[in-house]
Amino acid sequence: MQTINFLKPNRDNIKNYSIIGSILILISLIDVISNAFLKTNLTSFLPGSLTTLFPLIIGLIGLNMMRIDYSGNKTLDLLNKNINTNNFNALLTLLILFSIIKALPPSLSWMIFDANISGDSKDACTGTGACWTYIKVWFRRFMYGMYPNEFHWRINTAFILVIALGFVGYFMKENLKKYLALYYVIIYPIIAYLVIYYLISGGSFGLQWVETGAWGGLSLTFIVSFFCLIFCFPLGMIFALGRRSNLPVIKYISICYIEFWRGVPLITVLFMSSVMFPMFLPEDFFMDKLVRVIIAITLFEAAYCAEVIRGGLQSLPRGQYDAAKSLGMGYWKMHIFVILPQALKLVIPGIANTFLALVKDTPLIFVVGLAELAGMLALAKTNPKWLGFAMEGYIFASIIFWIICYAMSKYSYNLEAKYKTER
Amino acid sequence: MSDPIIKIQNMNKWFGDFQVLKNINLEVEANKKIVVCGPSGSGKSTLIRCINRLEEHQEGDIIVDGNELSEKTKDIEKIRAEVGMVFQQFNLFPHLSILDNCTLAPIWVKKMPKKEAQELALDQLKKVQIDDQANKFPGQLSGGQQQRCAIARALCMQPKIMLFDEPTSALDPEMIKEVLDAMVSLAKGGMTMIVVTHEMGFAKEVADEVIFMDEGMIIEKAETKEFFANPKSDRTKLFLSQIL
Repeated sequence: MQTINFLKPNRDNIKNYSIIGSILILISLIDVISNAFLKTNLTSFLPGSLTTLFPLIIGLIGLNMMRIDYSGNKTLDLLNKNINTNNFNALLTLLILFSIIKALPPSLSWMIFDANISGDSKDACTGTGACWTYIKVWFRRFMYGMYPNEFHWRINTAFILVIALGFVGYFMKENLKKYLALYYVIIYPIIAYLVIYYLISGGSFGLQWVETGAWGGLSLTFIVSFFCLIFCFPLGMIFALGRRSNLPVIKYISICYIEFWRGVPLITVLFMSSVMFPMFLPEDFFMDKLVRVIIAITLFEAAYCAEVIRGGLQSLPRGQYDAAKSLGMGYWKMHIFVILPQALKLVIPGIANTFLALVKDTPLIFVVGLAELAGMLALAKTNPKWLGFAMEGYIFASIIFWIICYAMSKYSYNLEAKYKTER
Repeated sequence: MSDPIIKIQNMNKWFGDFQVLKNINLEVEANKKIVVCGPSGSGKSTLIRCINRLEEHQEGDIIVDGNELSEKTKDIEKIRAEVGMVFQQFNLFPHLSILDNCTLAPIWVKKMPKKEAQELALDQLKKVQIDDQANKFPGQLSGGQQQRCAIARALCMQPKIMLFDEPTSALDPEMIKEVLDAMVSLAKGGMTMIVVTHEMGFAKEVADEVIFMDEGMIIEKAETKEFFANPKSDRTKLFLSQIL
């Protein structure tokens, strides 16, 4: 009979060991699962503290027995290489696994099984779980803020128009392609501004005027992020080039700009833009609060963009500049055709990073009284009729923000893959 | 004798406190081929980089095709467009195809119509025998092919002068030949060339004059045959004995 060497599993006794090991792990999993889902303790015959540790110990022994180098079994090798390299990693693996299993039933029952979504008032929420009725009732507010219900179509139409205009670049004719950058940097923002101004603000063409103070919810998040994104990128590019300029005036202006905006917190900038800034303006000059906030965030993020882009510019070998110059290209031609296309490609991850941070910074505009998605939540949770549902609201907002940000990061990966060329 | 196309007089250049070029005097007539050799760090590359002002000199005059190069020179781009340059590291634009590498400058600097530029580029690529690679990207080509493309790219600007900065130093021996062949045929076409190289075979074959530099000075300047047969200075003799 084959002797079982308990301490040293190897290729010869792989069968015995892997089977015994899997059985042990299975037992430990069954124990945890039954504990978590059925609330029964299979090992109640063991003394107190051992009951808790039982699955961990059994699982560890099981994993230890399965740890065979080059077993020849693909699944086993994969397992051993990634989560079972030594006893410590095996312990971590088990702990994480058990925590997930333990956390699953309560969160599932809170979010789904014990949750309510029917009805349209707080009384409908009788269960112990989440009250999605709250989200349902407030959904329009979360999306459109205080914007009058009967005009929501105006926001929708404006967004569809702006998105459609954004895709124009894809369908442009070949001979117009060279104006693409011009379109996206100058023409598109202007058109988008006009669309949003005339449709959402209204005031002409028989559309009723709606104050920006009434705007809010997710649509405001989109509006603020959209304008900040498209303006801060070209501005950042200008300052990145400026900081590397040979002309001292331009260089030091750029450095001052970047260091100033990087040195102040966004929340102070927003306060300044809404409280202090109007004091410096002539009395008859009026600039909307929303516009001021967008300008403030744009200027702020442009400084970050500038530094990211400068990193890309610096990583290009000097030979690229030499080659472009030797072909007779001046500063602008060199940068537009040779330097920037390469540098911008390199900084896609960094720019995506900055943009994601920007989108997640937008809730800060709450401090100046503009209620975008997170701001609406804060308003809703203090509504006397709906007290006590902050959790549902924040989970809802997290999911929405996560979807937006994940989509953006996926898009940036796509761009990276699309523009990848070998060096 | 015609007027020299490149004229350098009493030129001095410093990098910080370090003087790289000392009292350089050089005249190059049109259609002549000059080979510059010397040990590394002797200022050869810096010298030819001064000719299209990729490096700035501090003292003396450099006159290229009747234009003086100085801080006051306004249309430095115009002069550079007439002086092609080939680099040791090729310096192709990796984000553009081979064809686009060659047409970029003619289209945007010389305002040539796109079609004409493409025809010209294909023609030049054919001369260096890589017209079949026109739609590939630089990263997909071998070093020798990349360098030949760099030569074609410079020629697409139809320059009057070509500068070569150690064009074969980053290549392995088999590829050196294909690049040198391209340069030889260019030389036979009558181009004015200044070549920094260690390829003495190439110097013997095409050069009209050879310049030997050391420590930032021109030590010896002689006709090719004379240079190899009867080098005058001891430093040159030492160098030649090591390299040949």
